[in-house]
Amino acid sequence: MGNNSYFTNSIRFILLVLLQVLIFNKLNFFGYINPMVYILFLYWYPIKENRAMFISAGFLLGLTIDFLSDTMALHAASTVTIAYFRPIIMRFCFGANLEFQSFKLSNATKLQQITFLALLVIVHHVMFFSLEIFSFANLLLILKKILSIGASTLVLCLLLSSLFSTRKE
Amino acid sequence: MQQIINFIIRYKNFLLYILLFMTALVFSVQSHSYHTSRFFNSANWISGNIYKMSNNITTYFNLDVENKRLLEENKRLRILLINQKTTDLLEIDTTAIRYTIVSAQVIKNSYANPKNYITINKGKKQNIGQDMGVITSNGILGIVENTSTHFATVQSILNTKSNINAKIKNTNYNGSLIWDTKAYNVAQLVDVPRLVPLRVGDTIVTGGMSSIFPENIPIGTIKKFELNTSKSSYTVDIALFNDMTNLKNVYVIDNLNRPEIRQLESKTADGQ
Repeated sequence: MGNNSYFTNSIRFILLVLLQVLIFNKLNFFGYINPMVYILFLYWYPIKENRAMFISAGFLLGLTIDFLSDTMALHAASTVTIAYFRPIIMRFCFGANLEFQSFKLSNATKLQQITFLALLVIVHHVMFFSLEIFSFANLLLILKKILSIGASTLVLCLLLSSLFSTRKE
Repeated sequence: MQQIINFIIRYKNFLLYILLFMTALVFSVQSHSYHTSRFFNSANWISGNIYKMSNNITTYFNLDVENKRLLEENKRLRILLINQKTTDLLEIDTTAIRYTIVSAQVIKNSYANPKNYITINKGKKQNIGQDMGVITSNGILGIVENTSTHFATVQSILNTKSNINAKIKNTNYNGSLIWDTKAYNVAQLVDVPRLVPLRVGDTIVTGGMSSIFPENIPIGTIKKFELNTSKSSYTVDIALFNDMTNLKNVYVIDNLNRPEIRQLESKTADGQ
């Protein structure tokens, strides 16, 4: 991971936080749907990462979002969870391809990419909403929120990632 | 010893994860209780300024509506003033003043979470402190929870932690205003005794039992009511007067007698 990568990731970090806080937190589609597009940071993060560094970065990202949206430390808890489980999810999605030195996210098939992103979103949202609502009496409400907000997050993340993807030659 | 070190080295990522996760959890759980959420709030310098900047841009789009609303309020207050019996407006008895008011603007609002907070652009420098009431021209909005030098966060009535004394207008039947997180324009009034005659459409106002809000600040009207499971008291759905999705100009109310009330109450509590 070179200097260039640090730079790109810091810029991405700041832009995604601002995008999340200033636009997507105010969306309130149907009154409650606010997609969490900052998950893209963890999706785009280089594959060959220093794991401890990556987990800390995830925690910091969640904490920044928490600071700006008055959600205590819920985003931090759920983001650090997907940061920790990302290698396992990647092994599940990409299988043996992951072992190749030249493997990149853009080399994977579209389906693999979508599965990877969807799993990140699902784990994140399950964690986030169970902690936020924190009662099994409201299981239906938790499920409703996970499904509706998860779907909107997934769609918007896919749109954004295809918008900013590097063109394959 | 060697084995312990090996264990730590082998599972260092897992340990790091557990550590960070627990930290986050402790912060979250701690701030479930009132007055301890001082660490994670958007009243700090960085977030306050980010929201202020974005607010400076977006305010312009609503100026027209906002002006009309303020004009409407001015008209109402003018009518009250003109029709008052005392004609001498200069006669102001400062010993009778119980409340002071600071005007502020909302720079961040949320209503989609179970715990919603509003950030306003006035803080300690304008003498805003914890537990002051916040209202708009339409009605009640929330209670100041945290302050920084230039900003403050307000615990909205759309917050599961919120619990405000309220009553039915022109009576002394009291209840507690809470929120069940279901809809952003409906709050709940609980603990209303079964004997109270209720009617759909009745107005609900703040009660006199709180040292935060003055009495008779409008909240909303009764939408529907039903007996709770123990059949001993009513749970009333209230359609709020305030449009919680569209807030701009707010007033922060400071009760000048509150330190005295608080001191007296704590003394009484100690004696028990």
